[in-house]
Amino acid sequence: MGKFIAKSLLQMIPVLVLISLIVFILVRVTGDPVALMLPETATDEDRALLTQELGLNEPLYKQYGLFIMNAVQGDFGTSFRYNQPALPLVLERLPASFELAVAAMVFAIVIAVPAGIWSAVKRNTFSDLFISGFSVLGKAMPNFWMGIMLILFLSVIFKIFPVSGRGGFSHLVLPAVTLGVGLAAQMTRLIRSSMLEILSQDYIRTARSKGIVEAVVVGKHALRNGLIPVVTIMSLQFTSLIGGTLITETVFAWPGLGQLLVSAVNTHDMAIVQAAVFVIAVFVILMNLLTDVVYRLLDPRIKYS
Amino acid sequence: MAASSSSSSNLQLPGTDELEPIAVRQRGFRHVLRLLLKSKTGTVGAALVLIVVLIAVFAPLLATHNPGQVDPINRLKPPSWLNEGASGHLLGTDNLGRDIWSRIVYGSRVSLIVGIGAVLVSGAIGAVLGLLAAYYGRWVDALIMRVADAFIAIPTILLMLVVLAVVGPGLGTLIFVIGFTNWVSYARVVRGEVLSIKERDFVKAAKAVGSRNSRVIFRHILPNVLSSFIVISGMNVATTIILEASLSFLGLGITPPDVSWGGMLSDGRQYVATSWWVATFPGIAITVTVLGVIFLGDWLRDVLDPRMKA
Repeated sequence: MGKFIAKSLLQMIPVLVLISLIVFILVRVTGDPVALMLPETATDEDRALLTQELGLNEPLYKQYGLFIMNAVQGDFGTSFRYNQPALPLVLERLPASFELAVAAMVFAIVIAVPAGIWSAVKRNTFSDLFISGFSVLGKAMPNFWMGIMLILFLSVIFKIFPVSGRGGFSHLVLPAVTLGVGLAAQMTRLIRSSMLEILSQDYIRTARSKGIVEAVVVGKHALRNGLIPVVTIMSLQFTSLIGGTLITETVFAWPGLGQLLVSAVNTHDMAIVQAAVFVIAVFVILMNLLTDVVYRLLDPRIKYS
Repeated sequence: MAASSSSSSNLQLPGTDELEPIAVRQRGFRHVLRLLLKSKTGTVGAALVLIVVLIAVFAPLLATHNPGQVDPINRLKPPSWLNEGASGHLLGTDNLGRDIWSRIVYGSRVSLIVGIGAVLVSGAIGAVLGLLAAYYGRWVDALIMRVADAFIAIPTILLMLVVLAVVGPGLGTLIFVIGFTNWVSYARVVRGEVLSIKERDFVKAAKAVGSRNSRVIFRHILPNVLSSFIVISGMNVATTIILEASLSFLGLGITPPDVSWGGMLSDGRQYVATSWWVATFPGIAITVTVLGVIFLGDWLRDVLDPRMKA
């Protein structure tokens, strides 16, 4: 296990180098970084100073080296909008986004596991059709539109939940549902098909023939194997969940990393954009590693290769 | 339609169902139509997509107003069929007094152009990279797949945000940005397919008789990858339409005078408490379109590549 983790951590390095290259090329080569990083009101002196500071008169490979050196030390430049170093600003927002992503994941699991099992057990009945219909709809609806509709019905008309912002549990409900509904739809379909496959296997027939109660056969014998693909999809979906926070946070004015990044992009605050991209990438890679480890613990048949 | 399908169904012999992919090629459009009508969701999907395509094509005839025309006196008017509705505005007006129906009609063009355009770009990039990786193997494969891993490690929308932050929004940029960031699924599937196809006898035979690499790839391998390529494209058009709407919602996608459903939603979000119709109808338009594409895509998958059925 230790070897596996060490190997995965080593594999992070080329991925991070590639991401740094993408960001570096985008910011330095495709545009004038000085113009991108400074507000429009900047004076010629500011420009000259920043050009010097970023080492833009140096050859490109030296610039990239400097960029990496700074990045490793956590220096992504100073945000002109907040007039503070970018990295602490970004890290400060991370807990809010993490809270939202986890809540969405929990919501998706709470909905999808029972719905998926139910629709597999009651295959081709009305309730199966109903659940399948809902999961297709969940996939087709843009989640930000669903967020707006939830605000309309549950905040504006019925006044059950607050419209926006971060606070207690009641603030978390609508954003978490909005973010989690697509994932719930996907997981429901997956659990349904994986349960259907497992329920037709020999060991399930054996369990049934031994006279075990159907609820135990489904809930214990089948479910254990049926959930393996769910863990797989969870690890894959965490990335897109973090991507989804960008939009959900904008809809609900949730003070997370996504909202910071979107506003930074709109105001050309490149220091924040760089720092946020790095933090999100590292975070996503670490989360994927974590789910990989959990996955292997759950299913000893999978090898640590 | 019923008549045409019944005449050809008389020719159907019992037990020929599994020959259908070949039959599609032989009997052409009428047979495809008959196959389509056999699937309820496929029929619904095709009908929805057809409607959206027709709306996009005949937008100038269907729109009752100029979609960009600002009319401050008639701002935020409810749909005409409501009590206090403004006559002539079927779905009401937005915060600048623009007619929502006409904007939805023109917005369908952007949705389809971006949806199909971006999928063509990402499909081309992904197919070429996947082919190269599988066919040449070794370091080419390693390099391409590591780049693909890096692309997967970052949420796609994040990558798009960074690119759009630098190059600025717009229809053309959007197609290329979505195309350049979404190729990984194609590359992976095409690579997997090619890896198995290149071990098959007919490819080995082609190589043995001395065919050039380009001929082996284009004549022998590519045609066999086509059906999975079409299947992924169906799914990708749906996600791309939502992506375009999302980016436009964030203010980074389509810029005026082009109309995007996502952009309409972002206008409507601020007025949701007082004027529900501004944000409701564009969302319905997106959902219905994507639903149609998903249904049609699922049907295509079942017909072309039943192995991919979840």
